[in-house]
Amino acid sequence: MRKSLNILLVGVGGQGTILATRVLAKAAQEAGYDIKVSEIKGMAQRGGSVVTQVRLGEKVYSPLIAEGSADVILAFEKMEALRWLPYLKQDGHIIINDQAIAPVPVLTGAAVYPEDCLERVKQLACHTMVVDALNIAVDCGNPKAANVVLMGMLAKRLPITKETWLKALKARVPERFIDVNLKAFEQGFNL
Amino acid sequence: MKKLLMGNEAMAYGAIEGGVQVVTGYPGTPSSEVFTSLAAMAKEKKIVAQWSVNEKVALEVAAGAAYAGARAMVTMKQVGLNVAADPLMTLAYIGIKGGLVLVVADDPGPHSSQNEQDTRRFASFAKLPVLDPADPQEALIMAREAFEISEKLGLPVLLRPTTRTCHVCQDVEVSDAIVPTQEVTGFEKNPGWVIFPSLASKRHSWLNQQQDEARQLFESSSFNRIDPGTGRQGIIAGGVAYHYVKEALDLLGLDIPVLKIGTPYPLPVNLVMKYLDKLDRVLVVEEQEPVLEDQLIQMVFQHRRPVILRGKYNRLVPREGELDTGKVKEIIANFLKIELSDHKKVLNSPPLPVRPPILCAGCPHRASFYVFKQAALGTDAIFTGDIGCYTLGNMAPLHAVDTCLCMGASITIGSGLQMVEPNKKIVAFLGDSTFFHTGLPGLINAVHNQAKQTVVVLDNRTTAMTGHQSHPGLPRTAIGEPVEPLDIARLAEACGVGFVRVVDPYDYAASLEVARQALAFEGVAVVVMRRECVALVKGGQTARVIDSEKCLDCGLCIEELGCPAIARGEEGPVIGDTCTGCDLCRQLCPTGAIIERGGAE
Repeated sequence: MRKSLNILLVGVGGQGTILATRVLAKAAQEAGYDIKVSEIKGMAQRGGSVVTQVRLGEKVYSPLIAEGSADVILAFEKMEALRWLPYLKQDGHIIINDQAIAPVPVLTGAAVYPEDCLERVKQLACHTMVVDALNIAVDCGNPKAANVVLMGMLAKRLPITKETWLKALKARVPERFIDVNLKAFEQGFNL
Repeated sequence: MKKLLMGNEAMAYGAIEGGVQVVTGYPGTPSSEVFTSLAAMAKEKKIVAQWSVNEKVALEVAAGAAYAGARAMVTMKQVGLNVAADPLMTLAYIGIKGGLVLVVADDPGPHSSQNEQDTRRFASFAKLPVLDPADPQEALIMAREAFEISEKLGLPVLLRPTTRTCHVCQDVEVSDAIVPTQEVTGFEKNPGWVIFPSLASKRHSWLNQQQDEARQLFESSSFNRIDPGTGRQGIIAGGVAYHYVKEALDLLGLDIPVLKIGTPYPLPVNLVMKYLDKLDRVLVVEEQEPVLEDQLIQMVFQHRRPVILRGKYNRLVPREGELDTGKVKEIIANFLKIELSDHKKVLNSPPLPVRPPILCAGCPHRASFYVFKQAALGTDAIFTGDIGCYTLGNMAPLHAVDTCLCMGASITIGSGLQMVEPNKKIVAFLGDSTFFHTGLPGLINAVHNQAKQTVVVLDNRTTAMTGHQSHPGLPRTAIGEPVEPLDIARLAEACGVGFVRVVDPYDYAASLEVARQALAFEGVAVVVMRRECVALVKGGQTARVIDSEKCLDCGLCIEELGCPAIARGEEGPVIGDTCTGCDLCRQLCPTGAIIERGGAE
């Protein structure tokens, strides 16, 4: 019996969480898992807080991950990491992109960005990894590949072979961006 | 063959397998991809796919095709069915010849809708059968089978997925086999197509009989089944809630019998009675309205069963919002009086700043809102809004949308407000697709009734919010064929509007001048703010930067525009990578500190 896995991808609309989700889903499918992926489209995609939920297992019923039951949270933005932390399992892993994107209430001065959000996450979660995915992606040749750096880090921690991941990545990423994305994936995988 | 498909794509594949020949619809989250997937396959599969101007039109066009014997599908979101209610209610009396399936997506939550209405309730009100899929795989099968059910009963059939089926991906079994449809016989003239009151009274009896026919048909439907278990307590679940129940039972280590319902109306009475036979207490788990529960209460009463029903009426199951496994686990534990030992991770720290959706960096709507706010400065104007991305104009710092009700209500609500507040300026904002949908009747009404208001058509050359679908103002159809576009300005003139202008919102000075003239006009004025959606034309212009030498850090660009590309830095505002070069901030900067990136200082 395969162990079931719940993975939450959280970020800000426009950060590429949907593409990352599609790569993950494809890899999991190739690896023979039963999967359910839940996305929210429409209004939330316009720069709002976005979450996609990916569930893998022998047999998956619900498309949604219950609070306190995510094995991994992949956070594309650090305040979002904190926001969705209640979904993490007691012994779950959280991978955080060390990037702050100020929401409008912060931009206009109506609210303050919590500068200590990483510390707050670390206090509450047992396994926290923080990475500057944006910088790594820039080094790879395109800041937009930050999502794939994070994918690489996730890949290393899931029971799916690297070959399967690369195949999924090639299937989901447009041809002209494949080189930079392969590089970004490799960087993330080796972290 | 297995394919990783989103629920909406799965329903499109199901429709193809079911032999669909005509598909119409109007975009609306979470339904839109059912149509777009079919439109993408239209040429290859030789089907007709047309976006309609609104849901009423879509249903009538599809009904016409079904009158002539074709298998037709109509897609919309739940509130779209309100627009299509008029044809739907009487179509139930008239009946159809070719199979007619309405895919109507519900949005409990709601995630992307103005209400949480329950289409199953609408189906029972219209006396039409409704199918309720639990997941994408079942949605595919239901979409395929619905045509045959429709033809057997002579009635339109509703297929009601929710967001968690529409936008959930899973491996789905698809087949290349297409149900061979009988040759289309064409329209046969007879009095049955003309709904006189005398015909209506006859057909009403027929329609009532068909309720029993449908019930009978669903008695043996594979969409309903009993998962056996032990004990004298059971659970009845419909739609996606079935999966939450199954998983919660797994987590709780329970093995109690579950009745899964995929045909919520009409509910098959014999199947339900058989299930209730061995039970003393039953919990009903469904999202939204107590549609199953109401019918169960009726059945239990009629059949004098001493069974105890639990669900929404004793507040065990919420009537609002979505369910999930966690909530259902608590509901089941409550029903069975089991103690749960879960402890949740509590963030006992200050609440985080909210991150609401916003207009994109460079969105032309931001420029349009700002211009009209400026033109109306100090006048106590009321800004009525409509349904689309631009409803986000309500947010700080723009505050340019004071009302939003439903599609097309910007102009009409404005007309009503103006009757009672004759001294206030009324500015109605609506999008190009919304203008065609239901904006036009309101505009004609305003002209005819001599209203005094400014109508601003935010013409971004697409239906943006739902994923950039086409509409009659564009030179292409739903399947990408070239077509003569309708000109909104000329339509407004033809409606008798005395002041019509088209202006580019990126040109601040020109827009402001037009806005001032429009507000001063004694009558209905229409301003078409024409500029393509920024999400469609990325990378066209040079980004802007701030020259820190000239910047006085007055904060105007940040505090007035709320553009996500401009943030507060340590020494004044900073323009980030997401800048698209719309140039609005440069035109407003009082010191000329905003310049083209890489440009001369």
